[in-house]
Amino acid sequence: MTETFSHTPDDLAAFPMPRAAGCPFDPPPALRTRQSDAPLSRVRIWDGSTPWLITRHDHMRTLLADPRLSSDVTRPGYPHLSAGAKAGNDARRSFITLDDPEHARLRRMVTAPFAIKRIEALRPAVQKIVDDLIDDLLAGPKPADLVQAFALPVPSLVICALLGVPYEDHDLFQSNTKAIVHRASTADQVVTALTTLTDYLDDLLAAKLARPQDDLLSVLATRQVATGELSRRDAARTGVLLLVAGHETTANMIALGTLALLRNPDQLDLLRGADDPRTTASAVEELLRYLNITHSGRRRVALADIEIDGQTIRAGDGLVIAGDIANRDPAVFPDPDRLDLTRDARRHVAFGFGVHQCLGQPLARMELQVVYGTLYRRVPTLALATGLDELEFKHDGVVYGVHELPVTW
Amino acid sequence: MRVEVDQPKCVASGQCVLLAPAVFDQDDDGIVTLLDADPGPEHHADVRESAAICPAAAIRLVEK
Ligand code: HEM
Ligand code: SF4
Repeated sequence: MTETFSHTPDDLAAFPMPRAAGCPFDPPPALRTRQSDAPLSRVRIWDGSTPWLITRHDHMRTLLADPRLSSDVTRPGYPHLSAGAKAGNDARRSFITLDDPEHARLRRMVTAPFAIKRIEALRPAVQKIVDDLIDDLLAGPKPADLVQAFALPVPSLVICALLGVPYEDHDLFQSNTKAIVHRASTADQVVTALTTLTDYLDDLLAAKLARPQDDLLSVLATRQVATGELSRRDAARTGVLLLVAGHETTANMIALGTLALLRNPDQLDLLRGADDPRTTASAVEELLRYLNITHSGRRRVALADIEIDGQTIRAGDGLVIAGDIANRDPAVFPDPDRLDLTRDARRHVAFGFGVHQCLGQPLARMELQVVYGTLYRRVPTLALATGLDELEFKHDGVVYGVHELPVTW
Repeated sequence: MRVEVDQPKCVASGQCVLLAPAVFDQDDDGIVTLLDADPGPEHHADVRESAAICPAAAIRLVEK
């Protein structure tokens, strides 16, 4: 085996690696060293296994586009996120953990509502959700926690409307989503949360079958479940995926993005002063690149031997493909650690790459454009109500962010 | 420049439509369609960027 690091397994660095103290927005320094010194090398994860760690932007794109890499969590060698995630695998079986052709078949059943024009048509409704939440925030006491008051409800309200999930039930899916995306959740907690959500969506699909409405779940129920193309349980799994995938991610981008902007006042001014929607759109791409909140890496297992850059990844080897450091690759993004809202960040990999690239990205982009384009203008004096040192970051989350963001104005 | 799209490969990311809306569109299922297979030079940069950014390698350019 031609490894750049000829470690015995015992002295392999543990992954995930810690971020540097006082640098909450930057990837762990050890990832940077890997990227420059050993971009294709191995790490040790929680279960003692030693998957490859992929750190370069070009390697990430090449590998994620390669059909010889599998997302199938049931294959031996797949580098699981945690014991909880591994145990939850059966319950979470949806197209994000399946390979083509089954992945493509299931994904295509739900692509329609995410088409650019359909998402654009939702923009006024999202603007209203955002404006109403800001009204409530301003009418309430200060300081306030921006996560609870704003960052979480925006994507919850939006995804509920899109799927046709009653918002009254948001406690149920927010608390269960939390259990699913927490690295420290036990196996039992993850399985219980997934089962609770799947049962809930299963019942909801039955109701939609009986009385279809104008929403995604009704379309899935009447077009796929009623025709026997998809079992109701599998449709429910797709529903859970959509509910969970777009919720914590977007919420963390809102809260962590706000914090990053408050810490970079020149960039915040630039965004606030912009009257061209393209500036806001470009700011969203740069914040996605810079924050890369899905900091646990894309996880894959090789189905065949793959030669890349003089190395051989063997069939059965696991891979952790670290988008956070790939998005700071100086070969693609000059001065990569600078938050620069005017740069062309469109080649970022914050939504992944290859056939599993985020299905919800048009929605996420539009939501973030509305939020970043509205919040700081309507609340021009928005400020952190605590010191940076006091904030707790989601080091243990599958998705990175802040637990609370106390703000005042 | 001639543009070709491979619809079975498309994963409906929408990125080409955002980059080059005069050249790419989506059908009712969000799958890529071509508005202009022979776009003028003013679109070439955006079309090349679309092909580079497409996550599914569904856009092919034949430079004339
Ligand atoms: C800023 C917010 C978001 C980020 C950073 C994000 C990130 C990602 C990433 C990195 C993947 C790739 C997973 C992989 O390769 O294994 C992914 C997949 C996915 N995302 Fe998102 N996402 C966001 C918002 C959303 C939203 C709003 C939705 C939907 C409502 C959504 C639905 C999905 C789905 C269904 C997949 C699985 C796609 C597949 O396997 O084919 N995401 N997302
Ligand atoms: S960029 Fe590629 S995958 Fe995305 S819509 Fe266009 S052709 Fe399809």
